[in-house]
Amino acid sequence: MNNMIDQVTVFLENKKGRLAALCRALGDAGVSMHAMTVADTTDYGIVRIISDSPDKARETLMEAGFRVTLTKVFAIAVPNRAGALADLLEALDRAEVNVEYAYCFAIEGDMAIDVLRIEGDCNIKETIEAAGFRLLEAHEIYA
Amino acid sequence: MSIDNSTGIMNDKCWEEKYYQPEIEKMGREEIDRLQLQRLKAVAEHCYRNIPFYRQAFDSVGFKPEMIESLHDLQKMPFTLKQDMRDAYPFKLFAVDVSNAARIHASSGTTGSATVVGYTTADLENWGDCFARAIALVGGDGSSIMQVAYGYGLFTGGLGAHEGGIRIGATIIPMSSGNTKRQVQMLKDMGSDILACTPSYAMLIADTAIEMGFDPANDFKVSAAILGAEPCSEGMRQEIERKLGVTVVDIYGLSEVMGPGVSCECRYQNGLHVAEDHFIIEIVDPDTLEPVADGEWGEVVFTTLTKECSPLIRYRTRDISRIILGECACGRTHRRMDRISGRSDDMLIVRGVNVFPSQIQQVIAGFSEVTSYYQIILTSKGPLDQVTLMVETVPEFSFDEVRRIEDLQRRIVAELKSNLQISVDVKIVEPKSIERSEGKAKRVIDLRKAGE
Ligand SMILES: [Zn+2]
Repeated sequence: MNNMIDQVTVFLENKKGRLAALCRALGDAGVSMHAMTVADTTDYGIVRIISDSPDKARETLMEAGFRVTLTKVFAIAVPNRAGALADLLEALDRAEVNVEYAYCFAIEGDMAIDVLRIEGDCNIKETIEAAGFRLLEAHEIYA
Repeated sequence: MSIDNSTGIMNDKCWEEKYYQPEIEKMGREEIDRLQLQRLKAVAEHCYRNIPFYRQAFDSVGFKPEMIESLHDLQKMPFTLKQDMRDAYPFKLFAVDVSNAARIHASSGTTGSATVVGYTTADLENWGDCFARAIALVGGDGSSIMQVAYGYGLFTGGLGAHEGGIRIGATIIPMSSGNTKRQVQMLKDMGSDILACTPSYAMLIADTAIEMGFDPANDFKVSAAILGAEPCSEGMRQEIERKLGVTVVDIYGLSEVMGPGVSCECRYQNGLHVAEDHFIIEIVDPDTLEPVADGEWGEVVFTTLTKECSPLIRYRTRDISRIILGECACGRTHRRMDRISGRSDDMLIVRGVNVFPSQIQQVIAGFSEVTSYYQIILTSKGPLDQVTLMVETVPEFSFDEVRRIEDLQRRIVAELKSNLQISVDVKIVEPKSIERSEGKAKRVIDLRKAGE
């Protein structure tokens, strides 16, 4: 879909060594991770990964026996100053866009890159740009 | 009911019904009754004369073989229990000298828990005939290629199916169970028409074939699967039919009674025709041991009519089923029993509620988000039993948000609660963390006793 990037999502049971095994599998396949977050519950965790090649990451992990799915997310450049993310989220709120989850994955100079998962995959390009933010294209993330 | 299966009876409008022994399989009721009575007299006499256990058992209830005048007199005879077979270890229930047995099968277990069953050459031929009827009813004949993926050995599955293949003159591929990739390769390369194994192994073969990049439903020649030795839910049957592109028939038989072939479904998949020329089926109330009316559920009891080496009188199987009323469209006249709804042995008592694992299987079959592999773990938390059901999601299930997984768990919990009246913890686990089975799947792990 336009303006969205692929996030690799992995289901992990809370068992010793599984996260390490996941990272090792990606490392051995030469897949490099830009960001990783874990949403965890008592029994399992959901690992979300932004990598340089999501398709290869997905294939590698499936072959290694992991349950994997690709999820469309937005990557947005946000100025590295107090209140910037609040401005962005408020703009989305006003547009009645529902954010499922968000995390920050990189800080380069005075810009941060934030990842947003939007309910219902609706396109937020206009809202974002009207609020003065820039949506990153896939090629800016993967390579 | 879904009509989604591309190969089952629903869309298969015009096949020619095939019989292996039409004169027996379509015999009139009166003639069957006459044959059963004549054979019942003979087997009672055979047991009384040649097996001290039965002589004593008959004497203790004042029964004599010559008292049999009608089939109703069967009810005067005593029951045989599994424990009686265990106590008879190894040969005390043989009616012929062991030197006259052509083969011996035994259940797993050591002295005191194993049961041993012997077969004369004639017994093996009769067994083969029973299984051959199953081969014929799925359209097989002497030109069929049958891949036997039941375990070979003391377990009756492998050699029972094998015997059937011999009797009908099919080409047999005696794979036994295990080495699943090889199994798939042979299924493809040999062009096997019929697969015989347990339902859980058929599922594993199908899944392995798909993982290997095949589309067995379209690429493989296999058109029928004769599956037995463990229960198979309707959902599981349809999944196997869809994945392999086959018609699945359920075959039933305990090793104590003979092995697979005691009864078998026809292609109408509505009950299993009992081989009534070789066995008498009774359904009794497990508490009172009184026969129940046709159509009522109860414990299945078999009397063998032709077995020479290990005849059994009124053997209590512990399996729960019922007689299906009415005639079957396939033309077979032998009465049908329903698919086993549970075993009185397998029945779990959880917080005082009776639960059959098959009921849990049926519930999860209704969720397309999870696979058919499951495991039930029973533990005790203080005085209370705790039930945990482990399931795996299908690859297509999108689980990106925690709430999706929680929602799935909640829905399964609610469905189990409304069907079984017990609270079950549902745990979603990673793919393949539930052990894949090459024979009978181990569905229940009871840790309650260990914790005491
Ligand atoms: Zn029928």
